[in-house]
Amino acid sequence: MYEYLIAVFAYIFIYIILVVSLNLAFGFTGLVNLGHMAFFGVGAYASALLTLHGIPWYIALPASGLIAGSFGAVIAAITVRLKGDYFQIVALGLAFIAIAVSRNWISLTRGALGLPGIPDIIKNNFYYMLFLFAVALLSVVFLYWLTNSETGKIFQAIRDDETAAAVLGKNTYLYKVLSITISTFFAGIAGSLFAHYISFIDPTIFDLEFFVIILAMLIVGGLASISGSILGVTVISLLLSAISFVFTNISPELIGAMRQMLLMLILLLILIYRPRGMFGKVDV
Amino acid sequence: MMLLLRNVSKMQRIFEHARKSNRKNKNAILSISDISKSFGGVKAVNKCSFEVKENTITSLIGPNGAGKTTVFNIISGLAKPDAGAIRLEKKNIAGMPSYRIAQSGISRTFQLTKVFRNLSVRDNMLIAKKTNDEEIKKVLKGVYFEKSLDTIASELSYGQQRLLEIARALLMPHKLLMLDEPTAGVNPRIRQELRAILKNLRKEGKTILLIEHDMEFVMDISDRVIVLNEGRVLREGRPKDIVKDKRVLEAYLGK
Ligand SMILES: Nc1ncnc2c1ncn2[C@@H]1O[C@H](COP(=O)(O)OP(=O)(O)O)[C@@H](O)[C@H]1O
Ligand SMILES: [Mg+2]
Repeated sequence: MYEYLIAVFAYIFIYIILVVSLNLAFGFTGLVNLGHMAFFGVGAYASALLTLHGIPWYIALPASGLIAGSFGAVIAAITVRLKGDYFQIVALGLAFIAIAVSRNWISLTRGALGLPGIPDIIKNNFYYMLFLFAVALLSVVFLYWLTNSETGKIFQAIRDDETAAAVLGKNTYLYKVLSITISTFFAGIAGSLFAHYISFIDPTIFDLEFFVIILAMLIVGGLASISGSILGVTVISLLLSAISFVFTNISPELIGAMRQMLLMLILLLILIYRPRGMFGKVDV
Repeated sequence: MMLLLRNVSKMQRIFEHARKSNRKNKNAILSISDISKSFGGVKAVNKCSFEVKENTITSLIGPNGAGKTTVFNIISGLAKPDAGAIRLEKKNIAGMPSYRIAQSGISRTFQLTKVFRNLSVRDNMLIAKKTNDEEIKKVLKGVYFEKSLDTIASELSYGQQRLLEIARALLMPHKLLMLDEPTAGVNPRIRQELRAILKNLRKEGKTILLIEHDMEFVMDISDRVIVLNEGRVLREGRPKDIVKDKRVLEAYLGK
């Protein structure tokens, strides 16, 4: 029970980093990044590979953020200039490329066998949970500050009307690339923290299922609201974990199916009764 | 009191006169030569040339679909011209990205008002220029905007959004202000306010390029009028010459 609660909160803190950073791109800048989890996976693999090759975690952790952020920057730089939703499509494409690479570049990733034995950052799970809390807190404080800064307001102006922002002298292209770079940097950080927590990763980390969960958390919490994202993550995580508590003698597959049904139910109720989510500032 | 008012208006008339007689010597802020733009088969703008002189109001008129908005879009960098040159003072701005054209000093509004709908009035203004509440309030007051700085733009009426958009364009540092049908689509009270705003801007000696449909108002406020038809400059001149022109009347009434 105690261990289980620690795990629930460890995941909550990782999800908070993921959802708040997705909110930066999607909610605050209007860039729907369907490949957000691919950057999470890239960060996880980067950190796993670096530490398995003897690099200390305190270098691997920021490095995995930088690697994921660099991928994000390059993809954004190529696609956000184009009209339409090319960014979304290419970012989703990256997810598939990442799956293919993680499966088939056997010498690097061991393919479907995955990477076991990723070293812990902190052995004790409770203290690691506190460490995750600290990193999540730092990330949230930074992103809160950013979204309220001049730059953050320009992100929001671009979301509302890119043309109007441009004729007011804003280089909207650069701001969009910046938003995606920061957003994917944090996705990479979350991936690294995750890899060191469960100590084993394989290509299933890129599964779309994850993305559906964080998207639901984002929408339930509300777009363009950081406190909404934190609440969305917490409420959904606790509800999903509660299922395993209430139904103790049910097979894992059934639990999984029930969790998905619950998730869809929550999402449906929110979209019907509170289309802006719990704390949302803009329409979905 | 009455005496004072009469004197003020007399002085204004004198200034007005001085301003008009000065026009010939004024520098062109914007000069456009032979710009063209096609959309598929449609020649929206066809070898268009004109100038906007310092401290004048130049109006662009013409029937719907004449290419007025497209000219605005080309000047502000939102549409790339197929040919032609655009000079802002000495600088060629044709083909520059729109944010750099804005930074060079061209501010504009849109036929269909564009505000940042989820941002407050204050934040809308701050995108135009980093400044304090005092200056923001001053500019908003100048356009008879009534709501508080904390109002979210989407909660404003369309008319108030239009005023906010104009205030925002005024706040951004600029040499030339371009207004695309500022009085269209708003209620009569706001329309009156917009006319008063334009008259005030004229008194301040602002350089403005205006698209406007109300002929009486255009003739009253403009220093120069350019008539556009099917992408071409049909006629250009002083308001009193334009109202008498047969071809202009045909272009309007013939359609
Ligand atoms: N983005 C566009 N794509 C295709 N055709 C356009 C576009 N913008 C304008 N046009 C066409 O160009 C012509 C001029 O339009 P516009 O400049 O909006 O006229 P005005 O502002 O004088 O009413 C019209 O025939 C219009 O349909
Ligand atoms: Mg038009």
